[in-house]
Amino acid sequence: MFAELLQYLLSGLTIGAIYALAGLGFSIIYNASHVINFAQGEFIMIGGMASATLTASGVPLPLAIMIGCGGAMLVGVLVAKFAVERARNASTVTLIIITIGASIFLRGVAELVWGKDFKRLDAFSGETPIQIMGASMQPQSLWVVGTAGVLIVAIGLFFARTLTGKAILATSHNRLAAQLVGIDVKRVVLASFALSAALGAVGGAVVAPITFSYTEMGIMLGLKGFTAAVLGGLGHGPGAVAGGLIVGIAEALGAGYISSAYKDAVAFVIILAVLLFMPNGLFGKRGTERV
Amino acid sequence: MRNRLLATIAFTAMTALSGLMPGAAQAADPIKVGAIVSATGPASFLGDPEKKVLELYADRINQAGGVGGRPVQLTVYDDGGAADKAASFTKRLIESDGVDVIVGGTTTAATMAAVPLVERAGVPFISLAGAVVIVEPVKKWVFKTPHTDRMAAEKVMEDMKKRGLTKLALLSEDSGFGKSGREQTIAVAKERGIELVADETYGAKDTDVTAQLTKVKNNAAAQAVLVFGLGQGPAVVTKNYRQLGISLPLYQSHGVASKEYIRLAGGAAEGVRLPAAGLVVAAQLADSDPQKKVVTEFTKVYEDSFSTEVSTFAGHAYDGLMIALDAVKRAGGTDKAKLRDAIEQTKGYVGTGGTVTMSAKDHMGLTLDAFHMVEVRQGDWSLVK
Repeated sequence: MFAELLQYLLSGLTIGAIYALAGLGFSIIYNASHVINFAQGEFIMIGGMASATLTASGVPLPLAIMIGCGGAMLVGVLVAKFAVERARNASTVTLIIITIGASIFLRGVAELVWGKDFKRLDAFSGETPIQIMGASMQPQSLWVVGTAGVLIVAIGLFFARTLTGKAILATSHNRLAAQLVGIDVKRVVLASFALSAALGAVGGAVVAPITFSYTEMGIMLGLKGFTAAVLGGLGHGPGAVAGGLIVGIAEALGAGYISSAYKDAVAFVIILAVLLFMPNGLFGKRGTERV
Repeated sequence: MRNRLLATIAFTAMTALSGLMPGAAQAADPIKVGAIVSATGPASFLGDPEKKVLELYADRINQAGGVGGRPVQLTVYDDGGAADKAASFTKRLIESDGVDVIVGGTTTAATMAAVPLVERAGVPFISLAGAVVIVEPVKKWVFKTPHTDRMAAEKVMEDMKKRGLTKLALLSEDSGFGKSGREQTIAVAKERGIELVADETYGAKDTDVTAQLTKVKNNAAAQAVLVFGLGQGPAVVTKNYRQLGISLPLYQSHGVASKEYIRLAGGAAEGVRLPAAGLVVAAQLADSDPQKKVVTEFTKVYEDSFSTEVSTFAGHAYDGLMIALDAVKRAGGTDKAKLRDAIEQTKGYVGTGGTVTMSAKDHMGLTLDAFHMVEVRQGDWSLVK
């Protein structure tokens, strides 16, 4: 009985950590530009595909991840520069549609570059399951949770301690004021796209051994990450992390105790409930309207 | 001068027209084969090889002089995995391309969308999709080449009985293939006296199914597990299955009968059993097996042309095209009604899927013998004797 519950919690924690990383990416870009970037899932895909294909052709894993990361950052900056920035004065909805367009475009290009089949990446430290009080987990899960943890702390420090981080924060609080004190808002937006692309790509690389990588892997991960970000309160970093973990664990418990047929529905029921009853999410600040 | 010009024009026109007269045209009049496949989209790993095979063999046949002196003119449309597109392309094939026979419908959904159109227009249609609903009940103009999910369920349960197992846990995918497979498994289990002790599902894009498998693991009654799915899902299930240390025999459906499954699941796939067409174990078939020659040759042609491993899906397309062209030969032309009758009378055609003998009641024509039970051993398929 307890072992069963523990197994569900461990499964949920692994998936939740992936959602948390995706959710964090949404939050960073939302903060800097008030754009909900639906191409976030594609950054994850780029990281996963690049590391899987590069290691398969003999590149050492750390280098492969770095190349994937660099590639994703470049793509992120290009999306920001040539898609989002061009539509500077468009409404938020238009910008969101642009990012959806960008995501479809990126999937298409990825399909041309890497083909349509699934790629396999070996687990970083073997596949012997770890037994914990009757439940078991793959060693790769520890990598996922650990990497997510490290990245989340690093992002926190980045925002609190570095000038660029503070500039992004300032822009999120008040764009006009930030501009007035000399922050180059355009570069902040570019930096935020690069940062969340890098986050996504690293996430993609560590989850690839569990999920396999393929050009459409980003769709579902992106949607769940969005759910996580909304649940935690859009633009609230730690909130997105908590949101991701909650969604992951709720899914695992739902599949285990209710019915596996409604597993995906859990995430979307959560997002509906959040939007209806607490549109600012669990931790988000109440939005103020200036008249 | 002017008269002579007119005469020249009249003469030219007459010679040009005579070219269109039926008698003179017979030799060069192409056999129009239409195809709708899902070469892109979620079912592309099925549709892409299908498209390649159709094009490859249409070319090869034309280079060898066509069928009865008539070249094959192939028109392929890609429905991108969308049933509504499959329907509109079928319409286009029938109405504007005027095809004699249609091969395709990669997925069951695409096939079922095309069925009412071909039935109304009266065009022979050979589907490449799996579900049993395509040919049961029999539809006048509709045929299919792949084995059905029902046969897969029967083959698995036959093997279970041989091993003395009677209690099955089912884990099916929430895709069209998985859902139909689930229904058939439930029906076949009843007939064969196998008790279904668990009935779980998972999403086609799920990255973790340990929750469902934990339930199966804690089900004391289960003696074997059957997974019904396509693509990467079954590979995820297989990995999680080993992770949880479940020791029950694991069966998969014919939906994973491609090397890709072994590659993705890696070591976790060892010992997994599944029903597969002779094509995947071509080299291991006994020399006396009638399929041996066909599948060895097809594998060689395919792998030489595309330098990727052959898949059963490629084989389904090959069978579809060959059955259609064989029927054209026997019908002595492309009169649609005669062609349909000829397809229905296909007898003892040895293809990649097995030996096909159709009848008015059976528009697929395969028996359970067409399936071989294979087990994954050291990263390769191995025939279970």
